[in-house]
Amino acid sequence: MKKVKIYVTLRESVLDPQGAAVQGSLHKLGYGEVVDVRIGKYMELMIKPDGRNVDTLVQEMCRKLLTNTVIEDYRYEVEEAVAQ
Amino acid sequence: MKFAVIVFPGSNCDLDLYHAVKDELGEEVEYVWHDSPDLSGFDGVLLPGGFSYGDYLRCGAISRFSAVMEEVKKAADAGKPVLGICNGFQILTEAGLLPGALLRNKNLKFMCRTVELTVENADTMFTGEYEQGETVRIPVAHGEGNYYCDDETLAQLKANNQIVFTYNEDCNGSREGIAGITNARGNVLGMMPHPERAVHELIGGTDGLALFKSIVKQWREAHVTHA
Repeated sequence: MKKVKIYVTLRESVLDPQGAAVQGSLHKLGYGEVVDVRIGKYMELMIKPDGRNVDTLVQEMCRKLLTNTVIEDYRYEVEEAVAQ
Repeated sequence: MKFAVIVFPGSNCDLDLYHAVKDELGEEVEYVWHDSPDLSGFDGVLLPGGFSYGDYLRCGAISRFSAVMEEVKKAADAGKPVLGICNGFQILTEAGLLPGALLRNKNLKFMCRTVELTVENADTMFTGEYEQGETVRIPVAHGEGNYYCDDETLAQLKANNQIVFTYNEDCNGSREGIAGITNARGNVLGMMPHPERAVHELIGGTDGLALFKSIVKQWREAHVTHA
């Protein structure tokens, strides 16, 4: 069993209004050293390999459904996991 | 003219669209469930606003894979008018039938009020009954209506006159105030404002009715000239 951790964030070129709002609040709390905040999504997929390459599968899934590459970037990590 | 109103799990403006077409426009209309395998009997396709599949992943992202979307693509390829309003617009961008994407409103607020739009292109099958440059009042109701596209796409939209409506104020952060665009061919329109909510004085105005009348007039001219 593989555990895939996928991190989706808005592309650098896209304004992240949620991140900007949180950054503003951190500044108000005195954390002026925070120069940028980007807010994204975290997804966990448990995948039972069936012979197909896990990287290929994850990239396909990200491209087709999990992200919109017009506005989002993604990265992921694959870990060994024990079946529940 | 016979319209299909596509109903996705979570659509909530389908009744308004049905009412606009049937009662205010006086044309034929049917609800079509999202798993329908056939739209061939319809002359025009309407994708309503709402929260298809709860917007759990992204607005419109899951609807894009509904069986009926293959049929919507066929209708678009056949040159039939396809109109996506609000969530319908988001679905059309996710499906690749329109360029760009819709982001969270710049001020992070859900916005529900009537806004003024400029008709930037009155030479489409959706806007023939408007004047070029006319100001119209149409309600908006969205949290993710901030239209985004890259510079290259924006240049293409301008070069092809695909920008159909713009906001007269910066209400959501959309690039160049874009409120509605068509595809390059001009038969697929996506817009965040709700013309179906502006079809009767009782609900605050009638500026949206001309959009539906434009579609019907254009269709009649193309199909009923020899009747």
